Amino acid sequence: MEIFRVKKDIPFMKYSKLSAVISIIIFVLSASFLSTKGLNLGIDFTGGTIMEVSYPKGIDVQDIRDTLKSIDLEDSQVQNFGTETDVLIRLPIKEGQSIADISEKVSLALKLDNNSMEVRRVESVGSQVGEELYANGALAILFVCLGIVLYLSLRFEWRFAIAAIIANMHDVVIILGFFSFFQWEFNLTVLAAVLAVLGYSVNESVVVFDRVRENCRKATMRNSPISAIMNNAITRTMSRTIMTHLSTQTVVVSMLIFGGEILHNFALALTIGILFGIYSSIMVGCPMAMWLGTSQRNLASNVAQDTKKPSE
Amino acid sequence: MNPQPNQFSRWKYILIISSVFFSLIYTLPNFYGEAPAVQIMSIKSGEKIDASILKSIETTLRESNIRINKLIIENKGIKVKLDSAKDQLKAKKLIQDAIGDRYVVALNLLPNSPNWLTSIGALPMHLGLDLRGGVHFLMQLDMVSASGRGVDNLLIQSRKELQKEKIPYFGSKRIDNSLEMKFKKKLDRDRAKEAFKSLGSGRKIQVRRITKETAAYDFIETDSANEFILNVTPNAYSDGDTQSLALKQNLETLHNRINELGVAEPVIQQQGADRILVQLPGVQDTAKAKEIIGRTAMLEMRMVEENPSRANAAIDGKVAPGLEVFNDRDGNPVVVKKEVVITGKRITDAGPGLDNQTGKSIVSLTFDSQGASIFKDVTRENIGKRIALILIDKKTTEVVTAPVIRGEIGGGRVQITGMDSAQEATDVALLLRSGSLATPMEIVEERTVGPSMGKDNIDRGIKSTVWGFMAIVLLMAFYYMGFGLVSVIGLSVNLLFLVALLSIIQATLTLPGIAAIALTLGMAIDANVLINERIRDEIRNGNTPQASISIGYEKAWGTLVDSNMTTMIAGLALFVFGSGPIKGFAVVLMLGILTSMYSSIWVSRGIINYVYGNRRHINKLSIGEIFRVDNN
Repeated sequence: MEIFRVKKDIPFMKYSKLSAVISIIIFVLSASFLSTKGLNLGIDFTGGTIMEVSYPKGIDVQDIRDTLKSIDLEDSQVQNFGTETDVLIRLPIKEGQSIADISEKVSLALKLDNNSMEVRRVESVGSQVGEELYANGALAILFVCLGIVLYLSLRFEWRFAIAAIIANMHDVVIILGFFSFFQWEFNLTVLAAVLAVLGYSVNESVVVFDRVRENCRKATMRNSPISAIMNNAITRTMSRTIMTHLSTQTVVVSMLIFGGEILHNFALALTIGILFGIYSSIMVGCPMAMWLGTSQRNLASNVAQDTKKPSE
Repeated sequence: MNPQPNQFSRWKYILIISSVFFSLIYTLPNFYGEAPAVQIMSIKSGEKIDASILKSIETTLRESNIRINKLIIENKGIKVKLDSAKDQLKAKKLIQDAIGDRYVVALNLLPNSPNWLTSIGALPMHLGLDLRGGVHFLMQLDMVSASGRGVDNLLIQSRKELQKEKIPYFGSKRIDNSLEMKFKKKLDRDRAKEAFKSLGSGRKIQVRRITKETAAYDFIETDSANEFILNVTPNAYSDGDTQSLALKQNLETLHNRINELGVAEPVIQQQGADRILVQLPGVQDTAKAKEIIGRTAMLEMRMVEENPSRANAAIDGKVAPGLEVFNDRDGNPVVVKKEVVITGKRITDAGPGLDNQTGKSIVSLTFDSQGASIFKDVTRENIGKRIALILIDKKTTEVVTAPVIRGEIGGGRVQITGMDSAQEATDVALLLRSGSLATPMEIVEERTVGPSMGKDNIDRGIKSTVWGFMAIVLLMAFYYMGFGLVSVIGLSVNLLFLVALLSIIQATLTLPGIAAIALTLGMAIDANVLINERIRDEIRNGNTPQASISIGYEKAWGTLVDSNMTTMIAGLALFVFGSGPIKGFAVVLMLGILTSMYSSIWVSRGIINYVYGNRRHINKLSIGEIFRVDNN
């Protein structure tokens, strides 16, 4: 079976202006959501407490709210998730109260109301630790970007490196835009997903760029315009792009279905990253490299060292 | 071109097969599960368990017909593997009764894998707290208070030193983080300064290969008409020493306390300069754990001020220098001297008990030899006076009891009366035994996972991986036919390598870690897809099947290296900047990249070579239908 029965190269580069407009619109939308609504940061970054409790016979969340109110924790959020037996309680940080005490206080109060209550999970993060995790997260993203740019500059050339990282950040901003628009919780595992997408999505650009470079060396193509070379490279890698993404996405879907509460947003971020990764590697990376002025000559200088292959 | 491009030499096959075999063995322990066990540890960490205890454990269990599956003797203690959870609970109680409370008996789980696997070091992966349940605390040490206490100590030390050197001074007190000492003569001050220099044992540091001795204190001298003032401030070096000493003491105390809680495999680690990470697998009573871990509980014995006028003045608010006022348990003020007779550090043992006469709960203490001799001297010299036992906790300092000394007390045995209940006596005894914290700690991060949640998480992780894997298998086989099947075998081997590696490095498996395994599988198939597409491409270009395989693998290799390196960079960043479970995710991601490259370039190539390599004429490769463009 062959999905892509392409006779001629698809003229992707012809649509590059259109895709640029689309990208800019999505980018601006994402950025505006981020600046107006911001991210719904989880307790990993803001500090606070999450408790997951379960009642074998189910419970009315209003009862829990009333109990929390009675112990002066009215600004907490209580919600069911999954089934009505499982309840998630979010407690913000309170001045002068240690995070260790707060969860004990809550579980004691709830136990008094209903002895069958079971605490399934507690996560408490102090505000200072939260700030550190946030700073480290930002540092990690910066480090990954710099590392990738450096590596691609060495292996390809700086125009490709810049193009790849822009295609990449494009994906990341879109993920963040989605999380901002829907106000999904952004926590440490989601950050891990974003970083995984960063690495994964550069994969895409690299595979295409690799073809572009190869085409530049081919006698039959050497004199074609760069846009034709790119069209050919993209068309030829199309099948691989779709298959790889499809297989990664199947795993992620499986995580969405079976992974439960903890992996849910992680899988969600990956899904967005993978879907937009296809688009951005084709319609953002290559045009960007073209506009930055990549030509056959830039790549020819690198040819000599890359013809070395492992001897099998 | 090589006439037979698709043949591996024999040693390559041997290498591939042995690597698969090796991985299989090291993956195996993960499938045997765990068996119930009890673990016997000494209360004082580091103390070895002697042979008589081992004997008594064996006899006790034999008498009650509990079969010992396996007996493991380690530095940290003795582990007894048992057949059932019922035996485990019974054994715990029996052993505890038999060997007494100098030892702790904890419930544990031990790998159930056969001995030959254990003996070659094949052990299952550790399960993270999110998979087996337990608590995780990150504790922040109060270093400001630690530094302050360092200055307090310096004050006491310096007074002794000046007395010894017979240097007259007429005032000494602590102001924030420095000392102020007043002298009548300039000469006295100069001598005092020298004395201070000898106090702070100059610490050696390397400066460009030259070892220098740094001063421990900064001095400021202020002169006025009739007094010469010396301000002494511990500098960064000695303050740093004070803080790291405090951290060390807190770590040690935590070790002791957690031992007492009877936790089987605790993790107690320093994290950064002022934090301690504590992980207690299997602990469910978080309230109790928090209380025992966080309590500062220091014991001090000080003399009560016997002069009624000075004592009354102090109670009225005019506290003379050298005196302090604390309340006793009934809320009555007690005036004590600032000078500490003896501290809890000298305690070697403490246990709860009952007072024969009153029937009330008490704690009996035993001091070490130095403590015993101090106590003997003090009690001999102060017959008829009162000595106060002061318990200092995080928020409160109270006088537990202040009995009158009736006579000289030798032997270093003391009883503290005045406990509210048997439970309190037990807790106080535990805290005094395990030593005190050098400085208070606060929990700044807590993660608790209940046991049912842990089981659910394992289930979720495995389901995600298995279903994701099955879907990929179908997709690949459907799309690439024979080559797809080879890719799937490559992918399975990849999974095997990954689990084997994680087991060998004894990684801790967490839910994000399982997610990373699943994700790595999804991404690892990229290598195979890339190779298969390249081979199709070459066939499309009119190459022979043999040449297509060879060129396809070769061309794919370069692309693979570049694209995987970038993911590697992301993994590295996650490892460096991530914390806890995120680090685990990063480790799996990075190892997964390495194994996927090996399994696609070597293992799947090996299979392809084995199938096609020796054939002279191949009409068609089983790589799915290939669409050809006519003009190509």
